[in-house]
Amino acid sequence: MSAARFRPGDPVRVRRSDPPGHIRTPSYIRGKPGVIERLCGRFGNPEELAYNRTGSVLPLYRVRFAQRTVWPDYRGGDGDSIDVEIFEHWLEPA
Amino acid sequence: MRRPHDLGGLPGGPVVPSEHDFALWEKRVDALLVLLGEKGLVRVDELRRNIEGLGEGAYERYGYYERWIEAVTATLLERGVLTADEIGRKLAELAAGQATA
Repeated sequence: MSAARFRPGDPVRVRRSDPPGHIRTPSYIRGKPGVIERLCGRFGNPEELAYNRTGSVLPLYRVRFAQRTVWPDYRGGDGDSIDVEIFEHWLEPA
Repeated sequence: MRRPHDLGGLPGGPVVPSEHDFALWEKRVDALLVLLGEKGLVRVDELRRNIEGLGEGAYERYGYYERWIEAVTATLLERGVLTADEIGRKLAELAAGQATA
């Protein structure tokens, strides 16, 4: 089992990728920059489990994004944020 | 390849909060999935994949438990738990029973 690559506070960016198959990373968050809020734990990779393969156990992070960053036309407060739980292989350092 | 479940950020219309009673068959589908999960015959990830992989328009057209039973069926076929022939014969048997009842 690999060590967690990111720590709370680390700036990251969600990979902009559009693979086929069973993908749990929502389209709206791909390509967006955020900050690691916490490591949630390590979980089986749903992209493999969906095909009844055990696959790898991967770190899952809760990542915090500014709403203004996610939605260009966002009309709420500047400090509003959204947390999305994302597996490590979808994240890169920002 | 954005699938029909991946709705974040798309116009969705108003949310209509309403309660409804579950039909007996819906409760049976729920129970069936719990049992299959306990026996290790269906993973929730497989079920989700098969729900999201329903044919064009089916995700919107089907009701909640209709999606479930379609996906359970697809998973059991993939796993080799049931064959299409077994399912087909059983459906014909049930239909014949209803016709004579």
